[in-house]
Amino acid sequence: MKRILLVVAVIALYFLHQDFWFWRTAHPLVFGFVPIGLFYQGCFSVAAALLMWLLVKYAWPHHLEQEIEQQETEEGSQR
Amino acid sequence: MIPAIFVFIYLAAVLYIGIFAFRRAKGSEKPEDYFLASRSLGPFVFLFSLFGTNMTAFAILGSSGHAFSNGIVTFGLMASSSALVIPITIFLIGTRVWALGKKFGFMTPVQMFRDRWECGHIGTVIFVVQAALLVPYIIIGIMGGGTTLNVISGGLVPYWFGGAIVALVVMSYVFFGGMRGTAWVNTFQTILFLTFGVIAIVVIGVGMGGFRTAANAMLASPALAPLLTRERISPLYFFSYTFIPLSAIAFPHILIFCLTAEKMNHFKKTVIFYPICILAIWLPCVFLGVMANRVTDVPQIKARQEARRVLATQGKTMAPEARDELREQAAGDDVIMLLLQRYAPLWLAGLLGAGIMAAVMASDSQILALSTMFTEDVFAFYGGKRRFGEAVQVHTGRIFIVLITLVAYAVALRAPETIFELAIQYAFSGFAALSPLLVAALFWKGSTKWGALAVTLWTVLAVVAVALFQHAVPAPAPGPPLVAWAIGGTEVLSRTPGGTAVFGFMPVVPMVLVSALLMFVVSLVTRKPQQATIAKYFQF
Repeated sequence: MKRILLVVAVIALYFLHQDFWFWRTAHPLVFGFVPIGLFYQGCFSVAAALLMWLLVKYAWPHHLEQEIEQQETEEGSQR
Repeated sequence: MIPAIFVFIYLAAVLYIGIFAFRRAKGSEKPEDYFLASRSLGPFVFLFSLFGTNMTAFAILGSSGHAFSNGIVTFGLMASSSALVIPITIFLIGTRVWALGKKFGFMTPVQMFRDRWECGHIGTVIFVVQAALLVPYIIIGIMGGGTTLNVISGGLVPYWFGGAIVALVVMSYVFFGGMRGTAWVNTFQTILFLTFGVIAIVVIGVGMGGFRTAANAMLASPALAPLLTRERISPLYFFSYTFIPLSAIAFPHILIFCLTAEKMNHFKKTVIFYPICILAIWLPCVFLGVMANRVTDVPQIKARQEARRVLATQGKTMAPEARDELREQAAGDDVIMLLLQRYAPLWLAGLLGAGIMAAVMASDSQILALSTMFTEDVFAFYGGKRRFGEAVQVHTGRIFIVLITLVAYAVALRAPETIFELAIQYAFSGFAALSPLLVAALFWKGSTKWGALAVTLWTVLAVVAVALFQHAVPAPAPGPPLVAWAIGGTEVLSRTPGGTAVFGFMPVVPMVLVSALLMFVVSLVTRKPQQATIAKYFQF
């Protein structure tokens, strides 16, 4: 279930990149000088970092790591 | 000349890092040590060097120049799309390639493809295509170095000498330090870029009297207000750009870098912090590029704006050559340097110039990747390693580094820069079209070598076709595209002011989709590798 939710989150964020709702306006100017379209895309990058954190926390391919660790242990004991 | 002195100090520092890495290797002549730093990079160096490897001169100079001409859309097109797509590809593909590299000893993508699909010469075809798409980066890096040193020194260092110095420094630290030296230099360079962005925005912001006045003045100007929105860009074009970052993981130098991590755990920080690093570098550069349009007392910036105005108002009646010339005059790749010269004190401009130099010199990892690929995919594969041994393989790699740098420098002196800028544009689409190779090799048991060959040949065909089309049909003036082929009122193929459109999308979209389709269809009808080979890749 967690993985399905993460896949949905990735797809949702991918489509949220296409922010047509701020396409033709610069208003409001965030902090008085940052156009809203640029501010949104900046926030999108932060959201991407948060999503990556969720992926690392809940979908990390531990099996690959374990396989390599096991191989290294075996090689170490053979030496 | 003071800024140039800072740049020379910077060049000496990176040279020292390379030599220090050479001493650290303690005379090891093992290919895995020279080409992959013995797969031993720690989390900090891995994050910053992988990120730095992917940040070329375009991240600082190109992004601000593009934003100067096109506005805030630059960030959404090139930065935020990469902030999502690149870390996902590192998470899904990079980690798996790292594990396979550790398990089976792969050092290049082609080695993995040859083993995965039980092929020899098809791997060589993939090597040739990857190398051909990578060479323009090396040439443009030397050109960028020559130009930057020339500008920073106020013309005292001629282009040919600046290019020679940059080529010599890059060649030396790659030659001596191999992957360890390159990774350390990239880490140092990334820290410089990150510092650069923050300092540049503060210094220029203060110099301009705050951005609030500049932003409001731009909004009040009918010619400049659109730069604060995306109204001049079509949503399909914007969407197309999300396909470009697929190229990152398909670049051999990025994939080879993924093999250098000591532990898979080190990918975690890279995946999480990659979007933040992109934000930290691109946001200030894009914002400053846009704001440069409000600077009224720098003659070079005024000249670029005037060229843009003439192009927009009279471009339609001009000859294609005159339009191209105006386009070059309107390009703002140097706006960030002009802003620094105008607003930063001399010593700070020098320090920041070193940051720009760091971005320009990102061709080191491409040179090393080409050398790794040549020695592993050609020299070792065709028996050189077996006959002459590992030490000769490393020496061959070093000789290759010298030769490729000399050839790139010779070409950089003679050929016009625009040719290679165009080649890089094609290379991004080309590597994106090659990305289905990795997905199929790692995630689809049914993929075959013939599917891989079809993807590779299609990529070559598509890149050449787009290049020929753009050569044959000159770019129109800013405004509606020139429709070359339409069916029943639907635009199939158009020439836009910035390139080509297929059904309104950039060529990269059909290129990637057709690649994926070819891999699927051709693999379905051709013979699969043996079960034992497939099991190697899918039973862990």
